[in-house]
Amino acid sequence: MMETLTEMDRTPDIAPFFGGELGPGPAWLQSLREKARAHMGEIGFPTTEQEEWRFTNIAPLLQWPLHTAEAGARSVSAADVAPFRLASDGYCLVFVDGRFRPELSTLPSHDVPLQAGSLRAQWESDGIELEKHLARHASCDANFFTALNTACFEDGAFVFVSANTVVEHPVQLLYLAASARPGAAVHARNLIVAQPGSSVKIMETYASLTEAPHLTNAVTELVLGPEARVEHCRLQNENERAFHIAWVQAEQSRNSHWLSHSIATGARLARNQIQTRLNAEGAEGVLNGLYLARGEQLIDHHTVVDHAKPHCESHEFYFGILSGKARGVFNGKIFVRQDAQKTNAKQTNRNLVLSEHALINTKPQLEIFADDVKCTHGATVGQLNEEALFYLRARGIGAEMARRMLVRAFANDAVERITLAPVREHLETLLTELFEGLDTSLAAHER
Amino acid sequence: MLEIVNLSAGVGGKEILKGLSLSVKAGEVHAIMGPNGSGKSTLAAVLAGKGEYEVTSGSVTFNGSSLLELKPEERARAGVFLAFQYPVEIPGVNSTVFLKAALNECRKARGEQELDAVEFLALVKKKTKLLELDPALLHRAVNEGFSGGEKKRNEIFQMAVLEPKLAILDETDSGLDIDALRIVSDGVNKLRRPDNATLVITHYQRLLDHIVPDFVHVLAHGQIVKSGTKELALELEERGYDWILEGVASNGKP
Repeated sequence: MMETLTEMDRTPDIAPFFGGELGPGPAWLQSLREKARAHMGEIGFPTTEQEEWRFTNIAPLLQWPLHTAEAGARSVSAADVAPFRLASDGYCLVFVDGRFRPELSTLPSHDVPLQAGSLRAQWESDGIELEKHLARHASCDANFFTALNTACFEDGAFVFVSANTVVEHPVQLLYLAASARPGAAVHARNLIVAQPGSSVKIMETYASLTEAPHLTNAVTELVLGPEARVEHCRLQNENERAFHIAWVQAEQSRNSHWLSHSIATGARLARNQIQTRLNAEGAEGVLNGLYLARGEQLIDHHTVVDHAKPHCESHEFYFGILSGKARGVFNGKIFVRQDAQKTNAKQTNRNLVLSEHALINTKPQLEIFADDVKCTHGATVGQLNEEALFYLRARGIGAEMARRMLVRAFANDAVERITLAPVREHLETLLTELFEGLDTSLAAHER
Repeated sequence: MLEIVNLSAGVGGKEILKGLSLSVKAGEVHAIMGPNGSGKSTLAAVLAGKGEYEVTSGSVTFNGSSLLELKPEERARAGVFLAFQYPVEIPGVNSTVFLKAALNECRKARGEQELDAVEFLALVKKKTKLLELDPALLHRAVNEGFSGGEKKRNEIFQMAVLEPKLAILDETDSGLDIDALRIVSDGVNKLRRPDNATLVITHYQRLLDHIVPDFVHVLAHGQIVKSGTKELALELEERGYDWILEGVASNGKP
């Protein structure tokens, strides 16, 4: 441990991350935390020298005195939370500045074969399921922030769906940043376990009640048993000064089906790592995403699909809209291991660049070690179709409205892949608002 | 209604229309015929305001005001309608949403009340019948996956909904079989009124059997080289364009 700290001393800038104590928990968890802290030292704070962070400079995060978000810094009522609740008939776990707020939440009753509640409460009562899965899937040895999260997290959501249970109503995990003091950090940690043959829909949402810059560093692990089906919709719309770092890791068993969506519209800088490991035959992973970056935002998606076993399928559709001086990064890795014959993997990344100052770095990365596989990938970067624009205008629709219709159409391709109706409805409203905000950047290009 | 005087225009630095003049009055149907490359589609594009076309000289007056200074959407709202030769597929834009927005923009510009969803659907129902168009198509994205004939019928359907003063049909007959041609022509004929006019751009005479023009003009080398009545179209069908083109070449000037 001393060695680690000595090593850290050479880069004093990251001291704030070590200032805090390790998070709480039983011995097994403490030992994971110790290891994670050691990894942090080995990996070091990400710089653009590292290939994984080449296009995403995270250093501006260090301009504020980062600190653990204080509890109760601002009183938050049910009325404050209401606009962020997506479904009227679902469950909702509310976290304010990382603290679970049961009085603001809607939890399943005891007669429902679904557990959804605080991770911390779980390890304080019965830690058996946690010990099996927590921090076993999202590995700490490659990513500084995942290690940081594992070392520090204080709470998060635990969702456990019993075998052969179909959960009818969606489960929302709602994280709200409320602290007005710049630099408040929340290390959110979620574990979702879908037992064999079960089915559940999760909406993981992040938003800000404050205008102060804050850091969200979230890690979500999903464990899908054989034949389990999970739709996981991640919506990030934090304030324009926030830093958002996410690591999502799914672990898929035989014939399981994971449908993932990452909808990223917020934060000054967002880095989303979305990964799945297809670890038994017949598993299928679908990774969809929509990022809308405006102004000076940077939104980065790194996806990893790991085909570890034969006869698995993966489909990936990521759509990006960049305007103003925004930047987007998409890096899609597909590994097909030697064992993974008859793999079918498809990846598509489409980008709409609305301004000459906006930029996208897109890169597919396929590493294939099996010989009998079908893998395709394609990335496109384009502007609005001028022919379509003229067609709309020739019918009387003004240039600006026509542009917005086409941008919206592009986004709809991603939205329509979401089966959760409350999320689609929410996005209808959100995207309408955000596209209204695109007016000036679009008008600048009107001849 | 439409007064084109000495219009020269081109694209990419190449002059295609070279001093074209044409006068269209309300209630009239004019056919513009001509060989490939004569400038027929350029004329349609210039009248609709397509961006990449550049007008180098001449004027176009539409109901007393200069058309060339208007943006494409302003022309549409003023009552100019172009039925595209190649209607554009626009994935993700719902046909009904699109057409309702277009109609209401045009109505607003005319100082009329916007139609609500119920009124709009009633109008659509009436007009789809006119064109024998499957209303299910309107639940789809604009022109997406439409057959060639459906696309052309959809153009005339839009025209029926928007009720323009001047309709420009750019090769609307191309790619249509006989039945579709009849349906489209019937639609156009039913929309004819004393206060609107139609410009039919076509390579072949067969469309003019159905939409009978008051005047036929031959466009060649960027100019109207011959004008006549509907009999001229029949003569062209029989003799081709060469005899006119030769005449132009030998006279030097039409």
